[in-house]
Amino acid sequence: MVSQLSIFLQNEKGHLSKAVSTIADANINMHALYLADTQDFGVARVFCDTPDVAAKLLTDAGFKASVTPVVAVRIPNEPGGLARLLRFCDDSDMNIEYAYCFAVKDESAIDVLKINGEDVEQKLRDANFDIVEHGEIYAI
Amino acid sequence: MGEYFQPEIETMPREKLREQQLENLRWSVRHAYDNVDLYRQRFDDAGVSPDDIQTLEDIQKFPFVVKQDMRDAYPFGMFALENKDIARIHASSGTTGQATVVGHSRRDLDNWGNCFARGIAMVGGSEKSTIQVSYGYGLFTGGLGAHDGGEAMGCTVIPTSSGNTKRQVQMMRDCETDILACTPSYALLIADTAIEMGYNPATEFKISGGIFGAEPCSENMRQEISDKLGIQYCDVYGLSEIMGPGVAMECKERGGLHIAEDQFYCEIVDPDTGEVLPDGEWGELVITTLTRECSPMIRYRTRDVTRIISEPCACGRTHRKIDRLRGRTDDMLIIRGVNVFPSQIEQVITAFPEIATQYQIILTNKGPLDSIELQVETEPDFQIDEVRKLEDLKARLQAELKSNLQVNVNVKIVEPKTIERSMGKAKRVIDLRGQEA
Repeated sequence: MVSQLSIFLQNEKGHLSKAVSTIADANINMHALYLADTQDFGVARVFCDTPDVAAKLLTDAGFKASVTPVVAVRIPNEPGGLARLLRFCDDSDMNIEYAYCFAVKDESAIDVLKINGEDVEQKLRDANFDIVEHGEIYAI
Repeated sequence: MGEYFQPEIETMPREKLREQQLENLRWSVRHAYDNVDLYRQRFDDAGVSPDDIQTLEDIQKFPFVVKQDMRDAYPFGMFALENKDIARIHASSGTTGQATVVGHSRRDLDNWGNCFARGIAMVGGSEKSTIQVSYGYGLFTGGLGAHDGGEAMGCTVIPTSSGNTKRQVQMMRDCETDILACTPSYALLIADTAIEMGYNPATEFKISGGIFGAEPCSENMRQEISDKLGIQYCDVYGLSEIMGPGVAMECKERGGLHIAEDQFYCEIVDPDTGEVLPDGEWGELVITTLTRECSPMIRYRTRDVTRIISEPCACGRTHRKIDRLRGRTDDMLIIRGVNVFPSQIEQVITAFPEIATQYQIILTNKGPLDSIELQVETEPDFQIDEVRKLEDLKARLQAELKSNLQVNVNVKIVEPKTIERSMGKAKRVIDLRGQEA
């Protein structure tokens, strides 16, 4: 499992900017940011160095922030890579709450999955998926 | 019938009015002391006697009574009459805790009807008028109070009560209603319904006056009601503890509501110190009934914030006015005519372990109707990364509030810093109603 920084944001001008600045001011490097938005609010999902420190900084600054464990899987950069992963999840009755992908330098992609359930990571590992560990993802 | 319903009373020279007030005040204080244990005990404890009333200002020496006294005295502890002399009882909604009950003798009801009838004359009504009463009938004083007012004037009364809005419009049109009496928000709903039904009530209906009260109304909304119905708007003030609608009513000069000073002695006090403030200063309205037989109220603290306007009114009435209410000193909210207490909202919130106890209620007029937004924060251990869970929490809280309060509440989950933290008593309610958008 890797640590995703989750930030609850009101859907109002300037809030995302302030949250990101809070992280930047502490010299914490961000690697990826994904936004889910609704009419009232949004949730920012962030990969950054030292997510626990970042969450504490944000909380102290008055934000709603927490660290969420998620599964990160390295997918070869070829047709059907992601489809195979999702099909496996489906067949194994794993319900994906949310997912997103980003490409990395070595031409592979990292697929991040939030799946509620026991031993998700082990099941994926047993099926020979390439699970990404802490150190790797923050080094991207 | 002329411009006034009771010209000899409504235009009585002030000196004479004050003399009459003093005479009735002495009777009322004595009546309360002799017949209600609570008053006897309070006056004795404060070292005052009914005989101490030599001038109107002497009432300031007497202790206040508050709503809680009435709750404690439930049901009949503050009645000064025996059952055989009581004609009717009314009760407050009692949304929190104990309801309060007040009684009326036949004479009390006649006085009440007369007070309300003065307002009917203020909007140009007479015995030739038809008044449609769309306040709810029942324990609530609105319906029967307006009804009695219409009968006192000699109007044709249409007792539609509230609800079934299309039928309200149909009656209004077919029976040629001249005057509508209801809450402002219901008046607007009736107007909008008539327009939806394809009518233009301002030009096609006979209606020319409206008597609206029992909840706050912004200037914008008031204007909208007046324009849509094509009427003169009369703001009516009243409370069941004192009487019901008709304690004060607004004449066509506007700029305040004439207190029925032959029936009530009004003071404005500093809500914190209880000290009496001079005319013109804003504070809490305190009312003493001068003629009430069944439920005499000596220095009842209304919790309503207003000021006394003592300048003579161009309408010729000599009774002083109160300004339109600025708010209430206690925390009851009136939302679309429904009483809502922050404590009720708090109760719902506390049943949700995911929601923190910090919350804020924001009242606005979104369009013409009151809108209530509840801002809440989630508990620190609630996982905020899933939109679905947040939306679900919001929906469940909204449904629970709706079923508990009978009012739609728009729940907004906010960032922690949004809700103002205060050092002392938390400011839970921000009322932006009545402010221009």
